[in-house]
Amino acid sequence: MIEILGVSKTYGARGAGGPAALTNLSLTVPDGEFLALIGPSGCGKTTTLGLINRLVDPDAGEVRLEGRDIAGQDAALLRRSIGYVFQEAGLFPHLTVAENIAMTPRLMGWPKAETQARVTELLALVRLDAFAQRMPAQLSGGQRQRVALARALAARPHILLLDEPFGALDPLTRDEVAQDVRDIHRRLKLTTVMVTHDMTEALLLADRIAVMRDGALVQAGTPRELVAHPADGFVSAMLETPRRRAVALANALHA
Amino acid sequence: MDASFREALALLPDYLGQHVLLSLAALALGIAISLPLGIAAARRPRLAAPLLGLAGLVQTIPGLALLALFYPVLLALSLLSQDLFGFGFRALGFLPALAALTLYSMLPVLRNTVTALAGIEPAIRRAAQGVGMTPRQSLLLVELPLAAPVIMAGIRTAAVWVVGTATLSTPIGQTSLGNYIFTGLQTENWVFVLFGCVAAALLALVLDQLLALAGAGLAARSRPRLIAAAIGLLLVIAASLSSLLPAPSNATQSRLLIGAKNFGEQYILADLLAARLGKAGYVTATRSDLGSSIAFRALAANEIDLYVEYSGTLWTSQMHRTDMPGRASMLAQIAQWLKQHYGIVMAGRLGFENAYVLAMRADRAQALHIESLSDLAVHAPSLRIGGDFEFFSRPEWRATAAAYGLAFAMQRQYQPEFLYRAAASGDVDVISAFSSDGRVAGYGLTLLADPKAVLPPYDAILLVAPRHAHDTRLLAALHPFENTIPLPLMQQANFLLSRPSARQTPAQAAQWLEQRLEQKLAH
Repeated sequence: MIEILGVSKTYGARGAGGPAALTNLSLTVPDGEFLALIGPSGCGKTTTLGLINRLVDPDAGEVRLEGRDIAGQDAALLRRSIGYVFQEAGLFPHLTVAENIAMTPRLMGWPKAETQARVTELLALVRLDAFAQRMPAQLSGGQRQRVALARALAARPHILLLDEPFGALDPLTRDEVAQDVRDIHRRLKLTTVMVTHDMTEALLLADRIAVMRDGALVQAGTPRELVAHPADGFVSAMLETPRRRAVALANALHA
Repeated sequence: MDASFREALALLPDYLGQHVLLSLAALALGIAISLPLGIAAARRPRLAAPLLGLAGLVQTIPGLALLALFYPVLLALSLLSQDLFGFGFRALGFLPALAALTLYSMLPVLRNTVTALAGIEPAIRRAAQGVGMTPRQSLLLVELPLAAPVIMAGIRTAAVWVVGTATLSTPIGQTSLGNYIFTGLQTENWVFVLFGCVAAALLALVLDQLLALAGAGLAARSRPRLIAAAIGLLLVIAASLSSLLPAPSNATQSRLLIGAKNFGEQYILADLLAARLGKAGYVTATRSDLGSSIAFRALAANEIDLYVEYSGTLWTSQMHRTDMPGRASMLAQIAQWLKQHYGIVMAGRLGFENAYVLAMRADRAQALHIESLSDLAVHAPSLRIGGDFEFFSRPEWRATAAAYGLAFAMQRQYQPEFLYRAAASGDVDVISAFSSDGRVAGYGLTLLADPKAVLPPYDAILLVAPRHAHDTRLLAALHPFENTIPLPLMQQANFLLSRPSARQTPAQAAQWLEQRLEQKLAH
């Protein structure tokens, strides 16, 4: 279970100054849940994601994993136990696909044979068996994102963090990789938090959606709850595009 | 031509070996300092700007000046350490050259390290953090490997610069391929000059290619290529070490270092001294092409054991005297002063004088009716004067110009060799010449008289380092030089180095001089 309890965060000049990135944010993600964090640019959703593996440390409040405050834990060790997929994949360009995937086990000092076996297993999981020795530059966008996913999962984490993982992909690839992610989430019984600014994607993939604005939580609920009882005009407006698309799609498909 | 080439080839192991060791040591030290500095600066932009600025500033100092500046600095440090800890170190030769070249090699490595690390996409650094790397792991596993090609390019630039600039370490007493170039320029031995240039260029090329191979091996993570580059570098080091092996074994005996300033007469006299002392059972080596005051300071600091100096130079440049008490009194005062202030022994005068004099082309002097400096003063405003690099800043010149009211239309500086040519070709009308120089007659120049006796005498005198002050054996071995070389003989020997037909090397000229001296003794 991930618990974010009354967290505030300000960037820029220490103490006073810069605009608040997060103001008194509280959010809980139960084990096994797929949560989507959604909101306009600058609403604090990526900052919130970073709180969970200490890429961001809160100014006030605390973050707990499995009931333990993470502030006292070693940041590097903590991050090795949590999968993280970056917006633009963030693969290491000087390492092969296999070496990229093996990075976290390597940092954790796994035996070579075990790492090797894990890499093979993950390449199969993301359907890239033949690509072990390729360099990242030789891959398509979708392939890169799947390697990033495999790298995030290498050390068998229970938590997977995704920062707009499909942002740079074309619609077809996007759908394909999204289905892979959803599938893997279920099969590995992960607790997944995904940042997105695409409400349609959130509605299709997530168990629960947390809508953010100006560093604060506006509403959190299942897709059904959000659609049935939007908290305010802002949430309704965000749901407008998927709704219109759904109607148009239904019309097109049943015509 | 053929003889020159063979002589150059024979000197190659020593010159090349020392050049390689100096260059590689400076490069290694430069990398060892600037790589960590570059990494630190890449993380702290506030440090980067002043650091790069400083390194850039060093680069703007001409190589020769930078190298020369390190000699007095190290000498002062050595004296300080002598006072504080009871031991000094050699401030001449390897150490100042190493320090200056290390500084010189830093800019490209530093700049490329900072640029390469700063150019890494923030997303990749975040990814390294995200997979659980510590800052150190991020640096070693991700940032440095990504920056390696650009850093390697910087190292290659530094290597080429260092090999090139190391040729300039000759005047501060470090043997290098520059010895060919400096000696060659002084004695008009173009084979030597070319030989030195080509050897330095080839060395730079070989090092550059070996580093390129290492870089490519790193980039492709190809072990064979890395190994090949490492073997190549090791071979270069081993070859240069082996060429130097005889020298250290000699150094264990008390080896006498004979100093020579940067002109032909000094080379000949150094070779003559070496031959004589060799016969007396001494092992000797020469450090030639030393700057004028560097030679004196090196002797005072016991870093060379003996060299030939000129009385007038000491009188004006070291003792800062402007009065002219007459030759005998002057020599006595110099000997007294040397002993009192430095413990240096004046082991006698050689018998000739190498004075600073002004010279003109004989036909032109005749046409203008100029025979003395007084006559020259009348025409000076419409004439051009050329001097060597020291002349115009020497007190003798200021005193002379003041005494005769000499004010020329223009003044220029030349390498001594080109100075005589400039006078012969008419590029300048008057030059500063040396009275013992064979080229005065060779180029049809006439010496102008000094009726007011402003210019001091420049008797060639043999100076011996303080540590030999009570070395009766050495002083006895040097005694036969006392007053034995007359001016015409020295002029002829000097002219052997520069006469257009059948030019000889300093060693050959020294041999010729030695034979003449023996004949003279036999009579």
